[in-house]
Amino acid sequence: MDDFLNTKIFGVKWSRLLTNIQQTLYMVGWALLIGTIIGFILALALVLTRKGGILKGPGARVVHAVLNFYVNVVRSVPFVILLVTIMPFTRLLMGTTIGSTAALVPLVLYISPYLARLIENSLLECSPGIIEAAQAMGANVFQVIRYFIIPETLGSVVLALTTGTIGLLGASAMAGYVGGGGVGDLALTYGYEKMNTPLMILTVIILVVIVQLIQLLGGAISAKLRAHQS
Amino acid sequence: MIQLEHVSRTFREKNMEVRALQDVSLHVREGEIFGIVGFSGAGKSTLIRLVNRLETPDGGTVRVKGQDLAALTGRELTNLRRKIGMVFQQFNLLEGKTVFHNIAIPLRMEGRSREEIERRVSEVLDFVELGEKKDAYVSQLSGGQKQRVGIARALATAPEILLCDEATSALDPQTTESILKLLKRVNREMGITIMLITHQMQVIQLICDRVAVMEDGKIVEEGNVLDVFGRPQAEVTKRFVRTVINDQVPETFYDTIRSENRHYRLEQLKFIGDTVNEPVIANLCRREGLDVNIVGANISPMQGSMMSVFILQLIGETDAINEAEAYIDQSGAIRKRLTIDWENRTVTESA
Repeated sequence: MDDFLNTKIFGVKWSRLLTNIQQTLYMVGWALLIGTIIGFILALALVLTRKGGILKGPGARVVHAVLNFYVNVVRSVPFVILLVTIMPFTRLLMGTTIGSTAALVPLVLYISPYLARLIENSLLECSPGIIEAAQAMGANVFQVIRYFIIPETLGSVVLALTTGTIGLLGASAMAGYVGGGGVGDLALTYGYEKMNTPLMILTVIILVVIVQLIQLLGGAISAKLRAHQS
Repeated sequence: MIQLEHVSRTFREKNMEVRALQDVSLHVREGEIFGIVGFSGAGKSTLIRLVNRLETPDGGTVRVKGQDLAALTGRELTNLRRKIGMVFQQFNLLEGKTVFHNIAIPLRMEGRSREEIERRVSEVLDFVELGEKKDAYVSQLSGGQKQRVGIARALATAPEILLCDEATSALDPQTTESILKLLKRVNREMGITIMLITHQMQVIQLICDRVAVMEDGKIVEEGNVLDVFGRPQAEVTKRFVRTVINDQVPETFYDTIRSENRHYRLEQLKFIGDTVNEPVIANLCRREGLDVNIVGANISPMQGSMMSVFILQLIGETDAINEAEAYIDQSGAIRKRLTIDWENRTVTESA
């Protein structure tokens, strides 16, 4: 096994390649998990406080305006810029700005508003009629979300997450810039800077395969969840 | 049971003001089926949503079981809403879930045990005659079956009031009739007070005890169904009654009527329920110097009773016809003299 790992493919050791794939999966996985939690909360808050939403009153208005502004601002900053700009914040939080774990900070910050928008669109697919029926039954806000909005839109949310994950994979490639490693880093430092074209092509193929797998998995889960929806 | 007093509601949108309800008062009694009929935009939807506070009025008070809805706390409102079931035109079910899942939701929200939920869902499903569909997905059901599930869901928490928002408007005539029968059973067998809104006069005719007619945010007429059908006052009410009770002269009779060269008058007679105890038309036929031609007839079942409309051509001297009119009026039948507009071939009531 060690022998194999020490052999090279397009000028890079197999062990190096595998480590970088692992780093990519690490960054995407954790950023997706944390980003989804934050994104989901943001999306729910946006849906509940929007005009005609369940939560009414001036408080809801303010919350909606603030969140909406935040999501728009973060989404309009290109990831590379965000990555560099928030370095002090990253250092404050993680003690360092280098490595896959440190890269999670900008990744989460970048992906959560994006996921929030995607999930928001999914949640809005729940018809106002269903929410009205829920309220007529005496459901409180949490019950409306738990028993009606989530079951009704989960299939769509999964598709949104699939799209978001692929966006995240793209962003993680740039994390190599701050020493985050990953497949993208391999392509940049070994492929691009050393003009190793075959290696570049190999990394692209790896990324394509990962995207395909994510899309396949997301599509299958979503289809299962929506199996009986008309 | 449900009391609205001087309720008004205005919707404001950019430069637009819609006065959905204007000084509406009505009282729904315990145990009855109360129908509100009106064309779309009349304010019915807003009105019915006041009862479970999905809408709040700008002015006036809404009382349900004596409680002023404006004064309820969050918890009290939740408890009240559990006592008020609601069914919708578009059903508003979770299409991707099973029938059981949908009906179980209100029970799960109340925190009932699994056994209780199982038992109650089976009970209400049997009541709506859909017991064998328990594990079917809603998306596999027909419109009528979906509405039965909607009704079962509304009944699950054993409400005292059922609100029906155009519950049959998305269904074909045959299915409509079966859903109406079911609603009638809900009312009679479970003793649930029903308030419904509809634009179909047939719904009022078949199951309602009392009716209110709405137009432009106001109630223009209200009363027992038989009275309102028998003596509609407002123009909009007459239009609604005409959608289910044909009081026109059949096209083919126009020429027959016109070819009569003796002196005649056209009369419309309405018989409501058992208010008339004598054979009026037979007696008319026996009168001296009077010939009777029946040129239009319609019998409609209503409220477990019926209403019949006859259009008669009374032929004879003026005196004989006047006496016949006096006889009809004292018999209890509702009489109206008609004139025919030969140009447009329509019948209008004489002043």
